[in-house]
Formats: sequence, structure tokens, C-alpha cells
Amino acid sequence: MADAPAAAEAASSGGMPQLDFSTYPNQIFWLLVTLVVIYFVLSRVALPRIAGVLAERTGTISNDLAVAEELKSRAEEAEAAYEKALNDARAEAQKIAAKTKADIQVQLDAELQKADVEISAKAAESEAAIAEIRDSAVASVKEVAGDTAAEIVKALGGKADAKAVAAAIDARMKG
Amino acid sequence: MADAPEGGGLVFKPMDQFKLADLFGGSEIGMLTITNSTLWMAFSIVAIALFMVAGTRGRAIVPSRVQSLAEMTYGFVYNMVIDVSGKDAARYFPYIMTLFMFILFANFLALIPMSFSPTSQFAVTGMLAIAVFVTVLVIGFAKNGLGFLSLFWITSAPTVVRPILAVIEFILFWMRPVSHAVRLGGAILAGHALLKVFAGFAQITVAAPLALLGVVAIYALEVLVAGIQAYVFTILTCVYLKDALHPHH
Repeated sequence: MADAPAAAEAASSGGMPQLDFSTYPNQIFWLLVTLVVIYFVLSRVALPRIAGVLAERTGTISNDLAVAEELKSRAEEAEAAYEKALNDARAEAQKIAAKTKADIQVQLDAELQKADVEISAKAAESEAAIAEIRDSAVASVKEVAGDTAAEIVKALGGKADAKAVAAAIDARMKG
Repeated sequence: MADAPEGGGLVFKPMDQFKLADLFGGSEIGMLTITNSTLWMAFSIVAIALFMVAGTRGRAIVPSRVQSLAEMTYGFVYNMVIDVSGKDAARYFPYIMTLFMFILFANFLALIPMSFSPTSQFAVTGMLAIAVFVTVLVIGFAKNGLGFLSLFWITSAPTVVRPILAVIEFILFWMRPVSHAVRLGGAILAGHALLKVFAGFAQITVAAPLALLGVVAIYALEVLVAGIQAYVFTILTCVYLKDALHPHH
């Protein structure tokens, strides 16, 4: 640095200030100070913070995508479950309807049968009653006819033969 | 700064803007003197802190505009380091990010009128380049031992020309910090000097509109250069770092 004043002289008289070596120690010293300060500002505060934000953002985005994916699959599952439930319900309803129909049919058949049986029983009973009435009517007619015939015979002065009268009545009624 | 013309003649002082000055008016610039360069380096620290720390204060999942930009810058440099230097270079990412942010903000802040551009100083760009160069040497030998020298032995070339290539590669290797430093410093220096030259022509009344147009055009170009040079310096750093980590071609 012995020629520093000379260089400074040259610089001030139109030479390049860049080649004024007398200022070099000053510039280099403050450059190093500046770089060290910038390095610490960046490496201690700015860069970790930005790296953190970037990582967080990537994490958040992939997280959100995963959540969205999960929600979508859950929605699909729910839809499938809903479909299945609907189909099950439909099948169940059909089954119940068919069963009810069959039950009603069975009950109906049973009722019908019972009714038939009752009707035929009633009919038989009625028939029996009619037959009895008829029989009793016939007996009454026979009796009345016998009595009447005997009375007629007595009135005509004859003697009524009970047996002959009964036989005659039977013969007439058959005809 | 082109001062007002004295005695009618055109006065161009395009290099005066690069002069260091004691902020408190002292004439000697010692090592610890607070200069205009120091001030603008400090501004770059403040701007970086505002951008990268205050801007990401919310740590929002859905980022604000500034946070989004800070994240994009982070991703841009991080991907550059991984793509160019390889996955194992991730641990050097904070250092490369420091370089990139400093150069980017120093370049952009230097575009403010009346500002000072530290990155136009070869003391600064040279120091940055040497730091990268020394780091590459240290990492290269620490990771690969003498295997690092295989960087100069290009096995894909025919055996006969390998020694010649080795000499060329060796020389080129030592030229790296020079080109690395001069590329950045020269670009910023030339752009800012050109701005002053155009501004100087504005002293001629007739040429003033054209000169001002030129200033606007060069300024636009400089905005581009500010970003590109920061990118170039950083990507070259990554390339050199790749050589240190994987010297085999």
C-alpha cells in the first residue's frame, strides 16, 4: 500500500476509482461485514421460515387432497350402502307382500272350507228336519185318513175293519 | 456526476460516481471508515431483511404478494443450486443465496439516482470471486483429495491431447476468479458510466432530448443487467461448486 496516495491521486485526476487500492481494505472489510450479516439474517430467520412455509403448504395441500379422497370414497360407500338398503327394503317388501298374500289365501281357504262344511251341515240338518216333518205329515195324513175312513164306514152302517182301512190307505198313498 | 459545464466546454466525469467518500467528510479512508459504499451495503442489508424477513412475517399458507416473491426467489436459487451443482450442494444453499441476494439488491439499489454501486467496485466483486474460488478449492480438495485434480484430466478427450487440455484447463481454472469478478464489476461499471455519458450529452441543448431518451433506454437495459448479472454470478458459482463436488467429467 506504499503507492496508495499515488493511486488515489491518479483516481481523482480521472483514473478509475475502482483501481484506487487505498480504498480496498475499507471496501473488503465492509463487504465481509455485510455478507456475514446477510448470511445470518437469511440462514437464521428467512430461509428456515420460507422452507417451513413451503413444506407446510405442500403438507396442507397433500393433506387436503387425502381428506378429499377419503370423503369421496366415504360418499361412494354411503351411496352403495343406500343402494343396498333400498334394494333390501324393496326385496323385503316384496317378500312381506307375498307372504301376506299367501297367509290370506290360506286363511281364506280355511274359512271357505269351514263355511262349506257348515253350509253342508246346515243343509243336512235342514233336510233331516224336512224329512221328519214330511214323515210326520204322512203319518198324520194316514191317521186322519184312517179315522175319516172308519167314520165314513161307520156312518154308512158298516163295521170298519182297521186293518183293511190301513192297507187301503197305504195303497192309495203309494199311488 | 457530470458537473455543470465550466467555461462552456463539455464536462464528462462518468467515473466520479464510483469514488468512495467518507460520509462524515474525512479525507482519509481507513479500514473502518463509514463511506458511501458502506451506507449502500447497509441499505442492501435492510432491503434484504425487509424482503425476506418482514415480507414473510405472515408465514401464510396463502402468501401475500411480497411473501410470494420471496418464496419464488428462494425456489429459484434453490432449484438452481440443486440442478446445477447436484443434490449434495443443498447444504451450501444459504451461502449461495447470500451471494445472490447481496449482488441482486446491490445492483438494483445502485439504480436509484445518486446512489452508490458497491458491485461496480473490483474490490467487492474481486473479493466475492476470490471467496468463491477459495471455497471451491477447499471443498474440492477436502471432498476428493488429490482426485480433485482429475478436473484437469478430461477423460472424454483422446489420450494424446489430454496433457495439452490439462494445461489449458489449469490456466482457465486460475482465470476463473478474474473473469468472475470482472464480468459483474465491468457490467455494472460500464452501464453506470454510460448513463453518465449520456446524461453529459444533455448539456448540449439540441442533443438533450436524444440524450435523455438514451438515458431512459440505458436505464431500462441496466435494470435487466442488474438481474442478469446477479443470476450469472450465482449460476457460475454453482458451476464451480459442481466442479468441487464432482470433479470427474
